Amino acid sequence: MSVLVNSTINGDNVSFSCDADETLMDALRNRVGLKGVKEGCGTGDCGACSIRLDGALVCSCLVLGAEAEGRTVETVEGMSNGAELHVLQTKFLEHAALQCGICTPGFLIAAQTLLEKNPSPTETEIRYALAGNLCRCTGYDKIVRAVQDAAVVMKKGRKK
Amino acid sequence: MLYESPQTTEDAVELLSKSKGKVHVLAGGSDLLVRMKGGYIEPDVVIDIKRIKSMNTIKKTADGFLIGAAVSCARMADHQALCKAWPGVVEAASLIGSDQIQGRCTMAGNMCNASPAADSVPAMIAAEAWALVQGPRGERWVLVEKIAKAPGVTTLRKGEVVEAILLPPKYKKSGDAYLRFTPRTEMDIAVVSAAVNLTLGAKGVITDARVALGAVGPKAMLVKPAAKAIVGTTLDDAALAKLAAAAAAACDPIDDKRGTIQFRTKVAQVLAKRAAKIAYQRAGGK
Amino acid sequence: MNKETKFTERTFKSVGTRPVRPDGVDKVTGRARYGADYDMPGQLIGLMLRSPHAHATIKKIDTSAAEQLPGVKAVVTSKDLPDLTDGDTDLKCILENSMARKKAFYDGHAVAAVAAVDMPTAKAALKLINVEYKIHKHVTDVDKAADPKAPVLHKDCFTKGVEPAPVKPSNIAASSEFGHGDVGKGFDDADFVVERNFRTEQTHQGYIEPHACVASVSPDGSGELWVCTQGHFVFRQQCAQLLGMDMAKLRVTSSEIGGGFGGKTHLWLEPVALALSRKANLPVKLTMTREDVFRASGPTSATSIDIKIGIKNDGTITAGEATLRYTSGPWKGSWAMLGAMTAFACYDLENVKTTGLEILVNRPKTTAYRAPSAPMAAFAVESVIDELAGKIGRDPVAVRIQNAAKEGTQSSYGPVYGPIGIGPTLEAAAKHPHMSAPLGENQGRGMACGFWFNFGGQSCTHINIDIDGTVTLTVGTIDVGGARASLSLVVAEELGINYEQVKTVIGDTGNLGYNEMTDGSRGTFASSMSAIMSARKAIEELKQRAAMMWDVSVDEVSWEDGHARATGNSNLPPLSIAEIAAGAGKTGGPIAGHTELNADGAGVSFATHICDVEVDPETGLTRVIRYTVIQDAGKAVHPTYVEGQFQGGATQGIGWALNEEYIYGDDGRLQNPGFLDYRIPVCSDLPMIDTQILEIPNPNHPYGIRGVGETSIVPPLAAIANAVSNASGVRMTHVPMSPPRILAAIEEAETTTA
Ligand SMILES: Cc1cc2nc3c(=O)[nH]c(=O)nc-3n(C[C@H](O)[C@H](O)[C@H](O)COP(=O)(O)OP(=O)(O)OC[C@H]3O[C@@H](n4cnc5c(N)ncnc54)[C@H](O)[C@@H]3O)c2cc1C
Ligand code: FES
Ligand code: FES
Repeated sequence: MSVLVNSTINGDNVSFSCDADETLMDALRNRVGLKGVKEGCGTGDCGACSIRLDGALVCSCLVLGAEAEGRTVETVEGMSNGAELHVLQTKFLEHAALQCGICTPGFLIAAQTLLEKNPSPTETEIRYALAGNLCRCTGYDKIVRAVQDAAVVMKKGRKK
Repeated sequence: MLYESPQTTEDAVELLSKSKGKVHVLAGGSDLLVRMKGGYIEPDVVIDIKRIKSMNTIKKTADGFLIGAAVSCARMADHQALCKAWPGVVEAASLIGSDQIQGRCTMAGNMCNASPAADSVPAMIAAEAWALVQGPRGERWVLVEKIAKAPGVTTLRKGEVVEAILLPPKYKKSGDAYLRFTPRTEMDIAVVSAAVNLTLGAKGVITDARVALGAVGPKAMLVKPAAKAIVGTTLDDAALAKLAAAAAAACDPIDDKRGTIQFRTKVAQVLAKRAAKIAYQRAGGK
Repeated sequence: MNKETKFTERTFKSVGTRPVRPDGVDKVTGRARYGADYDMPGQLIGLMLRSPHAHATIKKIDTSAAEQLPGVKAVVTSKDLPDLTDGDTDLKCILENSMARKKAFYDGHAVAAVAAVDMPTAKAALKLINVEYKIHKHVTDVDKAADPKAPVLHKDCFTKGVEPAPVKPSNIAASSEFGHGDVGKGFDDADFVVERNFRTEQTHQGYIEPHACVASVSPDGSGELWVCTQGHFVFRQQCAQLLGMDMAKLRVTSSEIGGGFGGKTHLWLEPVALALSRKANLPVKLTMTREDVFRASGPTSATSIDIKIGIKNDGTITAGEATLRYTSGPWKGSWAMLGAMTAFACYDLENVKTTGLEILVNRPKTTAYRAPSAPMAAFAVESVIDELAGKIGRDPVAVRIQNAAKEGTQSSYGPVYGPIGIGPTLEAAAKHPHMSAPLGENQGRGMACGFWFNFGGQSCTHINIDIDGTVTLTVGTIDVGGARASLSLVVAEELGINYEQVKTVIGDTGNLGYNEMTDGSRGTFASSMSAIMSARKAIEELKQRAAMMWDVSVDEVSWEDGHARATGNSNLPPLSIAEIAAGAGKTGGPIAGHTELNADGAGVSFATHICDVEVDPETGLTRVIRYTVIQDAGKAVHPTYVEGQFQGGATQGIGWALNEEYIYGDDGRLQNPGFLDYRIPVCSDLPMIDTQILEIPNPNHPYGIRGVGETSIVPPLAAIANAVSNASGVRMTHVPMSPPRILAAIEEAETTTA
């Protein structure tokens, strides 16, 4: 059965219809057209489909599209402020924290969530906060450094 | 498939009892959706309990902490009083999956999924937690260790839903701890696990204890002889050795992709000892 | 024009800097399109039906009910992919793998496929397909498969490469031998000989993006294929052959690729997607689930390696011998051969002999995985060398330095080395602060070396000088992680302009001549050589045009810093590339440079890794606590991306060493086809991965570039095994060194010493 869902996606009111058993990941990708939400596994293991649902970091492959009714959804497509990239996006580029880049949208959302909760995380805290996001290319080194660097810049920005 | 999101427990129970076909409760979905994706289940109706207010709160009462069935493990970790009273249970719940999973998964779901490797279950058993079950014939209280029957099978009856989990109030000079073994630091399922909850009397002597093991049998189990091995002691080496022996004797594991019988039996002992030491310290023992 | 592809010493302006990659912004904003991110109008959804049996004859497939389901537009079986391989046995294996013909050879082998209007319909259709199987005994274990009593996969498989040819079929598909000298004599000369068997389990490349493609075939015989691949030209050639299409009529576009590591050098879904589309006369999107990826796309070999090495008290290795059995899935590969070639490649040995045996098993078809076959052989060799160093009481680094291959050494696989980096990486390791850092309780340090050939091969590139003086470089090698940045740097360097003025794009199969895959670490090596040549041709053209504009002879024009200069007349101000380009319409039309070449002399690559681990003696749990990669890059074009390759490869090796493995049940089914139980390292499992780049120029590349992508996966297995041995006193001979294996080894050691 099809359901009609109204939600706020990246700040805009969006309504889409999807099958009742369709995941939010599939709905975002195929009904709303947000292909930045990536599928690496479909079973919660890789984090490539990470989004925020009412502010909470979740795997959109483990959420039904129908559950988004009345809720807010944030994806990587909504991360930059117009043409201005989010500090994390810039730092990921500067540090080459991506090789193939398929994991990047998920890491960015997870890192954003971390830094909002914990503006100065330790390396260990970063590593554990990002443990739900698999990256097969980088060995994580440059990802961790990009997040560390972004944390410093974001804190300076806040002090201003 | 039909998706329902009732606002009250009564509505949920009604839907559960009256819906035709295969009806499944949806809490965090971190088990349910995985099984749907794999084609292991094809629900006709899914009943999402996350919009039910009473299932979304953590209440501190004279009886302890009443944790709503839809409360995510991440929210438990943010609840300071709960963390202070039951650090072992909260740690166990916090071990489930990643931050992404934490934002969704629930202890009730962990328990109702009835996996022998469920992390929060041994900790809840050691804490002597109860499940508040609502059904067509009213409510009943069930000890957590009585919920799972076999891997993937529970004792819940048709139309029943767990509304909340009750953790008893924290007793003076008590402490709990949970440890699991996984090859990776995160994102892994327990190969074996152990939870210990104990209370101290005078001079650091253990007066009461509960020990539970996970992933060494068809379901998480309360190991009474292991508790007996440490009650009346100050957790000296002899007591720890007895604890380990009792834990080993209780193990009835299988060889599978995650570990061997031999490995599980050995590591269950190691974890039981380590968890007991942490719990002992938390209770104020030295 | 300077056509010289040999290295000439120079100082670089752009090469060696670290700019942001051109495709970066799209990738941090979600705009980059990967395999599954593309849709064609009116496209159908395809799904595959896969065998649940490890080894079974397909007696009958009844697809009639599925075909009749409303919304189903095509159902295909092997009948829809007739054998057009015309004696090409490699292609035949690809065909048989993409759709089972008479027999299903592994759990997950495709047997049929459907295309329908949507996913629910496709799923329903799969359930309506009825396959009758006759189940046979299966074999998944490498040693068991090699046993004469094992169930034989192919009745017509007689071991190739042995004399006399066997008369009985077996699962040993081929044997190959390498070496020189007299190993018997070498062992006689040794003071110590160590002989052991090593085993490694099968691992998967584990790229995060599952295979995906969209195919469209029209009744006029033309077609399009959008696909995540490491080589769209190869895919086009093979798909066209398999489907009986004209190559020129099949246009293949490579999507952004979400990791490949060798696994996307092979066709899996694509011929089936094209067959579905052809039958339905509509575009078809076909993707794999993660489970499909594990069950049915190419993992690496499982191996069993017998090894014997002799050493003198003075540290000289007198002989090395190895028999290497590598699984290749149900069809013959060259994986054991590569293992046999690479095993002793780091050393200068008088007597060496290796034999590689390709073993057929009921597992998915083995495919390349980063420096394919080298890590397992290195695990065995480097472990034994460490053990021998211990026996003669010498430092393992010193022993390796003493025996390291150098310029002029005849390699164990034949050729004589030019300038190489094994010695320098070892010297650097000896001096590295990591080597002397203190260790704590239950901690141990290990090191090991690794080798990879690197490939060159066919490359074709095109440079267009646009009228505003910006430059487009079109290449045919796909970019797995920053190659577009590196190639832009190379072109900027050669033209003497800024990196920002160059945009590198990847052309589809209609834009360029044939390009080989991005594999064998060849992408940057070969395409940069071709790009340099294209740039040089463009410079010649730019000089011609400047000469015309000035009305001087082209001999009087030189090219410096992105400007044409009139050498004979200092009154003429230099002409910038933009000024020349702006006038192109009047001086002869567009300015371009084009090259096709066969890049030779990729330049072998060596690495030395150092690793510290901590082992929990009560549980066998092992954590890597410090890791250092030292590798020769020839010339690091974009050092950040070179570091990234080192770190990524090392991490894959760490996963392989500690936890990753295919686990098959007694029923021959894969038990862990998901990331929860196929445990690739997560962020919290790892420390930072330190890197040190050495630059020993490759004499066969104008800038001295060597491939850097693969070697870093070779040493970790042994480096970690050696570290575990130093931390816990047990010599691990079975990879992965998972906690149960380490704990069992510790307990065994305790009972034998007790
Ligand atoms: C990537 C990943 C990692 C994981 N790691 C771990 C781990 O480390 N440790 C671990 O223990 N588990 C792990 N899990 C499993 C899962 O996350 C946990 O079991 C989780 O606690 C389930 O809770 P949930 O709310 O998501 O359950 P759901 O999926 O919503 O439900 C689980 C089952 O319980 C039933 N159910 C749920 N709530 C109720 C209720 N109130 N009344 C009656 N029935 C109910 C559902 O119908 C379903 O059958 C992991 C899962 C994933 C995908
Ligand atoms: S696709 Fe959702 S976690 Fe992998
Ligand atoms: S960059 Fe490829 S998976 Fe992370």
